[in-house]
Amino acid sequence: MFLQAVEDPQSFQAEHINRLFNQFNIAAACILLLVVFLVIYVTTKYRRRHGDDSEGAPIEGNRRVEILMIGFPTVLLAWFFYKTLAVSSAVMPPVNPTRQPDIIITGHQFWWEVSYPRNAGTPNPANSPNYVITANEVHLPVGRPLLMELRSADVIHDWWVPQLGNKMDLVPGNKNYLWLNIRRPGDYIGACSEFCGQQHAWMRIHVVAQEPADFARWLDSNARNANPPADALARAGETLFQTRTCAGCHRIRGTPADGAAGPDLTHVGNRSTILTGLLSTNEENLASWIDHPQEIKQGSYMPSFMFSKDSIKAIAHYLEQLK
Amino acid sequence: MGTTIKIPEPSAPFPGLGVENAQGLLQWISAVDHKIIGVMYLLTSVVFLVLGGVLALLMRVQLAIPMNHFLHPEVFNQFFTMHGTTMIFFVAMPAIFGFAVYFIPLMIGANEMAFPRLNAFGFWLTFFGGLLLYFSFVAGGAPDAGWFNYAPLNERNYSYNHGIDYFAIGLLVSGIGSVATSINIIVTVLHYRVPGMALNKLPLFVWMIFVNSFLLLAAFPALNAALAELLLDRELNAHFFNTAGGGSALLWQHLFWIFGHPEVYIVILPAFAIYSEVFQVFSRKPIFGYAFVAASSVAIALLSFGVWAHHMFAVGLGDTVNSFFGASSMLIAIPTGVKIFNWIATMWGGKIHFSVAMLFAISFLIEFTIGGLTGVAFAMFPIDWQLTDTYYVVAHMHYVFIGGVISGMLAGLFYWFPKITGKYLDEKAGKWFFWLFVIGFNGTFLIQHVLGMIGMPRRVYTYPNLPWYGVLNFTSTFFAFVMGFSILLLVFIMRRAMRHGTPAGPDPWNAYTLEWATRTSPPPLKNFEDLPAVTSRRAWWDMKQQAVNPHPQTKNDDPI
Repeated sequence: MFLQAVEDPQSFQAEHINRLFNQFNIAAACILLLVVFLVIYVTTKYRRRHGDDSEGAPIEGNRRVEILMIGFPTVLLAWFFYKTLAVSSAVMPPVNPTRQPDIIITGHQFWWEVSYPRNAGTPNPANSPNYVITANEVHLPVGRPLLMELRSADVIHDWWVPQLGNKMDLVPGNKNYLWLNIRRPGDYIGACSEFCGQQHAWMRIHVVAQEPADFARWLDSNARNANPPADALARAGETLFQTRTCAGCHRIRGTPADGAAGPDLTHVGNRSTILTGLLSTNEENLASWIDHPQEIKQGSYMPSFMFSKDSIKAIAHYLEQLK
Repeated sequence: MGTTIKIPEPSAPFPGLGVENAQGLLQWISAVDHKIIGVMYLLTSVVFLVLGGVLALLMRVQLAIPMNHFLHPEVFNQFFTMHGTTMIFFVAMPAIFGFAVYFIPLMIGANEMAFPRLNAFGFWLTFFGGLLLYFSFVAGGAPDAGWFNYAPLNERNYSYNHGIDYFAIGLLVSGIGSVATSINIIVTVLHYRVPGMALNKLPLFVWMIFVNSFLLLAAFPALNAALAELLLDRELNAHFFNTAGGGSALLWQHLFWIFGHPEVYIVILPAFAIYSEVFQVFSRKPIFGYAFVAASSVAIALLSFGVWAHHMFAVGLGDTVNSFFGASSMLIAIPTGVKIFNWIATMWGGKIHFSVAMLFAISFLIEFTIGGLTGVAFAMFPIDWQLTDTYYVVAHMHYVFIGGVISGMLAGLFYWFPKITGKYLDEKAGKWFFWLFVIGFNGTFLIQHVLGMIGMPRRVYTYPNLPWYGVLNFTSTFFAFVMGFSILLLVFIMRRAMRHGTPAGPDPWNAYTLEWATRTSPPPLKNFEDLPAVTSRRAWWDMKQQAVNPHPQTKNDDPI
């Protein structure tokens, strides 16, 4: 994977902020060089010669120098304040209250709930439910301004994908928003940037930016209910899932499982990773996660169950084929 | 029954630590002398510096390689919380008060603080506040929600051990001590100056600590209110900050930062105060632009109450609020820049002595400029939206706190150690310490700017193996140990100086201000017998020029 830095902006918002950052860095570098130069010059030129115990020149001040010290930074700061306002209004224009968000992100300890309200404007509204809900892997279309709504289910979290621009807190009790206009398809990574508890480190973000047609296909396929289990082992897994409290916290659309405390698992097999990027999605990882969650992601809300090895294998097999 | 121990009057300005005959240790505990209390503040600061530093090194070990399992995540979170809290409240604050209560009476020609018992009370509250905070480690777990302890993560339902209760009570206790000492400093400066020392002739050190004390008086009530509310929430199920019960998570942030941002200036202004003395003495010149340096401190103090929400640019306060706090935060760069350039101008035309104190002051000019410039970047709030809560901000604040505050305290230590103990800190070993410290510090934190720019958030106990993350973090850890080693060296240098240091005499730097006018180093229990009226900002220098030294220095007056 290549370097995903703020210096490689991939959205309209990130480009604007990066331009401002670079302009400021040039000014800051000049000021720093001036200070370094002055310090080196003064300390070299006015260093005490050996044996010289005399006093320095009795200079107590100079009004012109002081005016320069105040005036020059004031002008520079005024200009940068103007640039700040310009960039701010470009990046975060006000939201028309009737505009429905394209995506709603809800922060949980320690994962992201991602939902897409589908209204009359989206393709095939007739055969889709109102919302597509998924977790952690955030699919977004490129090339058009998206309005993101940010909420929190518990503590304060923060959405930040460096290449896509500005971060924004997810504050319980508030609804925040972000504008996002992604330039190119690709995988962008980010992370929760407000300390949110024991597993703050593993609350990472994976954005999959897609061409609008690809995104529409993805959205449609994710609007479907879960695949019914294909083999006997998966059927056993489904039964265990529904009867052994898993369903109390997780939703699998098309089955009675409709818990909302944990991530939606309807198409968990399609997501490249589980636990916000900690493990890649496969049967083996799912099994060890169900077996000893508190060793893999300490402090997460997934309880340690006492399943037999066979039951774990069945549940993991069932979940893995939910594509 | 039992024997009664007579509480001893202090018999020496620097009592020993023996317990026989109830002398020594008891003299320290019962002391109300401002010098003994000052030394106890400074020792407290050193002890907590070592504790906070060890926590930092343990965190750096955990972060040295990707996906490390050296520390449990909960332990890591407790460590960074304790590291920040310790460094701000129990390293920076005691160091500031130590220098302030030791030197303010001396610099204004007074024999004591205005309220000596209040002074002792303030120290012991700070000391026991720190002990209460650390007691949490054995009482079920340390606080784990970060030093600014955001709601609702600080509530019982998200942090169920008692760490945060100890955090709240420890900071309340030490906060009351800080307020008491500030009042004491203000009254002392207003009331106990030697005749002739008008406010425009105050040494700049005293000026800035004086301004700082008002800042502290106005800032701490907000913290105390927030802590009281938090305790009500946690212990009595109130819901000031609990959104589920109708409280507000952002209320905590407002209250904390109304205290917290002035607090940043509360710890930096005293460092500025020390630099202002060090630059003069070791450039052999009076300060350039006295009025501007003093007035810029007042400007910083006033502005600091109007900038708190720049910590909250990413919480969604809206354009109007962001613009106001962006502008006010940018404004604060102006008085700070004025200071930097005035200090450079103070060296201009001087005869610069490269003592260790002066080296720290010079390195500060560059390091603090870096921290200041990245600070202006954060005032430009779209940039803040990218870089806040990343390692860029970790780098920024350590450039301000270590490059600014800690360097200032170290400059003060090397400058005043001969007065406090009567012995020089070895200058040659001190220069080794200086270079190790500066290299260790810059090596640790300069590259953290890059880590922030490539997406590493702060306060993560580990990170995936992304390009450059491993090597940059490992480098940072390596240099953190260089810095840690330099602090060990400093403790060794101090210990050796106390035992076999070169006697310094009463005025080793041929200095300008009245603390060097005492007959001996350390100063006698009664600082001054008699002082002539002051006529300029460099009172002691004038006395030496006019040979009216009230306490002639004779060869017999060897330091203790």
